[in-house]
Amino acid sequence: MKTSMYFGIFGGQYVPETLVPALDELETAYLGTLDDASFNGELLALLHNYSGRPTPLWFAPRITESLGGAKVYLKREDLNHTGAHKINNALGQVLLASKMGKKRIIAETGAGQHGVAVATAAALFGLECVVYMGEEDVHRQAPNVARMNLLGTKVVSVLSGTRTLKDAVNEAIRDWVTNVEDSFYVIGSVMGPHPYPLMVRNFQKVIGEEARAQMLECEGRLPDQVIACVGGGSNAMGIFHAFVGDRDVELIGVEAAGRGVDTGLHAATISGGKPGVLHGSYSYVLFDEDGQIQPAHSISAGLDYPGVGPEHSHLAATGRATYVSVTDDEAVEAFHRTCRLEGIIPALESSHALAHVYRTAAALPKETIVLVNLSGRGDKDMDTILSL
Amino acid sequence: MNGIAQAFDGKKALITYITAGDPDLDTTAFLLKLLDESGVDILEVGIPFSDPLADGPVIQQAGQRALKSGTTLKKLLAMLASLKGEVKAPLVLMGYMNSLIAYGLETFAKDAADAGVAGVIVPDLPFHQSEELAGLLRSRGVDFILMVTPNSTPERLKAIAEKASGFLYCVSLLGVTGADEKGNAHLEEYMQRVRASTKLPLALGFGVSTPHRAKAAAQVADGVIVGSALISALEPCGTDRKQLVAKATEFIGSLRAGVDSAG
Repeated sequence: MKTSMYFGIFGGQYVPETLVPALDELETAYLGTLDDASFNGELLALLHNYSGRPTPLWFAPRITESLGGAKVYLKREDLNHTGAHKINNALGQVLLASKMGKKRIIAETGAGQHGVAVATAAALFGLECVVYMGEEDVHRQAPNVARMNLLGTKVVSVLSGTRTLKDAVNEAIRDWVTNVEDSFYVIGSVMGPHPYPLMVRNFQKVIGEEARAQMLECEGRLPDQVIACVGGGSNAMGIFHAFVGDRDVELIGVEAAGRGVDTGLHAATISGGKPGVLHGSYSYVLFDEDGQIQPAHSISAGLDYPGVGPEHSHLAATGRATYVSVTDDEAVEAFHRTCRLEGIIPALESSHALAHVYRTAAALPKETIVLVNLSGRGDKDMDTILSL
Repeated sequence: MNGIAQAFDGKKALITYITAGDPDLDTTAFLLKLLDESGVDILEVGIPFSDPLADGPVIQQAGQRALKSGTTLKKLLAMLASLKGEVKAPLVLMGYMNSLIAYGLETFAKDAADAGVAGVIVPDLPFHQSEELAGLLRSRGVDFILMVTPNSTPERLKAIAEKASGFLYCVSLLGVTGADEKGNAHLEEYMQRVRASTKLPLALGFGVSTPHRAKAAAQVADGVIVGSALISALEPCGTDRKQLVAKATEFIGSLRAGVDSAG
């Protein structure tokens, strides 16, 4: 490896030996793009002209008024093409794959947002694409399965294990081990073996870079708090990264507490897990005393994952970021409140971040500025919401 | 010469893999003795794990059955300790990193050594991440068995060969365990490359499903590892001792004949 595989003590490459040459090849190719003006120009053009970046920073007047405390700003990642921040990373990795001469794209998906983003990018680049999705999620997120099919992607329903996102990742890795010579695995979050956590964060850091500049432009100063939901943690790392060096800016990650962290039915990996190895990196993981990975639970399929990216574990361990959790009920309440107050239907994932704001921002002084990453739109969650 | 080196002494070694606790730990203990008596040279025992990403469907399902029966690493080590003196073939544990982290790496190394384990294989711990665990195990006389794959670069092969002990586990193909439909057309060239890098015995595994394949593998390697095919053969027997004896004797006999006929 040419660059550090770790964030503090977290990260590394816990993968079968077969994947080591592929990770070496990927690292070399990825590091080569960092100073490659033509690659970065091409990616920037895609982000601007295809995905619609920069996304707006919206001062949320009615949310702010209803709380009577801090001023609330929303970073509108929901306005991206395909409806979430996932496209930033999908375009970056698929562009890289095409430069590397790979003909076939593999991805995993939980809620289907990453799957749709990758299917979209693969269609744009004319590459074959296979997306692994747990059978449970195939049923829960039928519209996204249909979207991927329309885009020419083959969706494989995963029947192993608990038939959810973690099993889809296992199956994607097994495919990659088998087809490592011609296939590129597009991981959807800041997880997996090095260099994925670094690479995905860098493809997502545009969120925070834009928001920081936009905030300086409209308020003349940085926000006091930056808040984002955390499953694997890509939208959170994306918005946090630009602020990590600003010591006065509080970074808050909101995990999914499901039915409550003390019920065992949750996906709050940092709040309720311990350091272990899942899917290629050493990070906080939900597992029992024998080391068996525990199924996560969240109403939001995108947060329903028993692991978290290693950089979040590092930010938690060093105290640079704080991680809190929000239950299913609180997230649903925040979903409805945002619809009615602001005319925005947020994704259930993003509703977790909003719920934390509704819980805490009223008590903050009026001059406090809170920046929330509205990571995706909630159209995909209509069935879930209407079935409650 | 330790147990693992002896297993390769003057013959081609037959190595079997079964998942501990499939369908229960008593049956695993019974099977280990049975396989030992049937002429197996090294006994690999899998630690069941919820997310075995290097394994194909057969070993995944064996792991699920084992977890269902309440198997844990702690119970497995206690069972192996109780077999001490009852099996001649060296025991090699194969398991995923999170099982060992949850147990505690130092405690694991100590308890594995105390239980008479001769070697440990961790399929999601590649060579460059293995130093700490390998050191803990080797300081207690337990071999840490490293894997090489058909796509390992010459530099990496050399580095792995320098640190390896016991035997070198040569993954026969790009894929997961039990992937027998794929095969590897370049097996001979691959094994020649590996052999040029080490004096350790070479054992070939992944996708060795029939006596015919075992023979072909034994022609280019010093040992042959059979896992998924054995588990599939034994699965219908459940816990029935009579059926297990009949099936294992027949299956191991035919593999043994295949391996021995390779000379």
